Amino acid sequence: MYVAVKGGEAAIRNAHRLLADRRRGDPAVPALHPSQIVEQLALGVDRVMAEGALYDRDLAGLALMQARGDMIEAIFLVRAYRTTLPRFGYSLPVDTGAMQIERRISATFKDLPGGQVLGPTFDYTHRLLEPELAEGGEPPAPERREVAAEASPRVTDLLGHDGLIEPDGNGDGEVTDITRTPMEFPLPRDGRLQALARGDEGFLLALAYSTQRGYARSHPFVGEIRIGEVEIELDVPELPFPAPLGRVRLTECQMVNQFKGSAKAPPQFTRGYGLVFGQSERKAMAMALCDRALRAGEFGEDIVAPAQDEEFVISHSDNVQATGFVEHLKLPHYVDFQAELDLVRRMRAEQQEATDIKEAAE
Amino acid sequence: MILPPASPDSSERQRLMGVLARAPRAAIETVLATFGPLPPHREMRKPETGLVTLRGRIGGGGDAFNMGEATVTRASVRLETGEVGHAYALGRDATKARLAALIDAAFQNPSLHDSVIAAVFEPLLQAEAEGERRKTEETAATKVDFFTMVRGED
Repeated sequence: MYVAVKGGEAAIRNAHRLLADRRRGDPAVPALHPSQIVEQLALGVDRVMAEGALYDRDLAGLALMQARGDMIEAIFLVRAYRTTLPRFGYSLPVDTGAMQIERRISATFKDLPGGQVLGPTFDYTHRLLEPELAEGGEPPAPERREVAAEASPRVTDLLGHDGLIEPDGNGDGEVTDITRTPMEFPLPRDGRLQALARGDEGFLLALAYSTQRGYARSHPFVGEIRIGEVEIELDVPELPFPAPLGRVRLTECQMVNQFKGSAKAPPQFTRGYGLVFGQSERKAMAMALCDRALRAGEFGEDIVAPAQDEEFVISHSDNVQATGFVEHLKLPHYVDFQAELDLVRRMRAEQQEATDIKEAAE
Repeated sequence: MILPPASPDSSERQRLMGVLARAPRAAIETVLATFGPLPPHREMRKPETGLVTLRGRIGGGGDAFNMGEATVTRASVRLETGEVGHAYALGRDATKARLAALIDAAFQNPSLHDSVIAAVFEPLLQAEAEGERRKTEETAATKVDFFTMVRGED
């Protein structure tokens, strides 16, 4: 038997109206415009774009505003929006070597072509709150330094020349797309990277941390982190050349890990790779550490830690899926629970009956 | 399907389309104001917003993988004189796509070509170069200059 219960329309309507009011907050405080979020909470916007897997700063800003700053709710909104759009195709792979550098550091080499460029970083700040921000006022204009154009080759390419580091590989085979075909384990590395790129920053950060604490030790160094804009190009039938679409900001992390060699091949450094929308080096680093840990099978390493378990990591990295399953528990389960209640009553009654019989026999 | 003619100025056209894709709509509208009356035209493909999956390469130079998607808006315009212009740009700005397609069409018209270069392409390119130079110099000021302190006698 199935009994449908209706009701709650008015309550739901009023709840959403209340939500809109609470979202607005105190009317004496000026309302936000999404453009303020895009400009002034830019790293939050970047996180919504990365985990929403949709590069559109304005949409991410709007989503954050609508979600009252709830990151995962905003990411959910963006994911839902992207399902409404037609697909035009796949871009040509971006060239991060040609990135317009906004920040570029290496923890492995002090002197490298292009240099160590700090960019707009929180590093070396004192992490003291700055109450003067609340008073408004404009910051001083950034310092400028005239420079001759200097290329900033990827650090891994520099090491690669000597064979000291595992090469990139250069296959141009079929590319996995986890948004088009259901995931099946084991996933190829490209599919894992697609999942990690949209994976929850907190989850990947915790897993990456676990590898540093000894759960799948990989002895990592940051070969390079670079942040900046890259050109996007798309092959389209109506043009005799790839259509230039504009630029997106990305963060790339090249993690360099301890050696792998064999009787045939001399030892060389192995690598983990992270590439994330926007300015997000914590996420890019966590992604690179997880990527390397998930390559355990490829290098014949023992799979002993959660971060090396592909099905565990990839299946639980998507925070929209995770929140959907966890949060569904709050929806009405009245009938399920009634059944459980009946069951536990019956079990207790049976136990009581057995005790009574036993006591009577004694 | 009729393939577009491979013109010798393909690379210049590609550069124009690149500048238009990167420019904010306001910048395009500003330069168009100095361009003079827009040539008669009609929409061939209404502006349409869709998704392009962005690809990276594993390790920076290896196999391609899908990073995530981006919104892209495209449009096509045909001049009364027959030239067809196309536009593709990141984002969801329909007006910008329509204007960019119109500029691309005008670029292919022999009598409009030079004024597109002078009144649209070059000013946009210059504005972009100025912005880039400012950003490059601001970034360069954060470059670390290492110096070594020698201690002791030898």
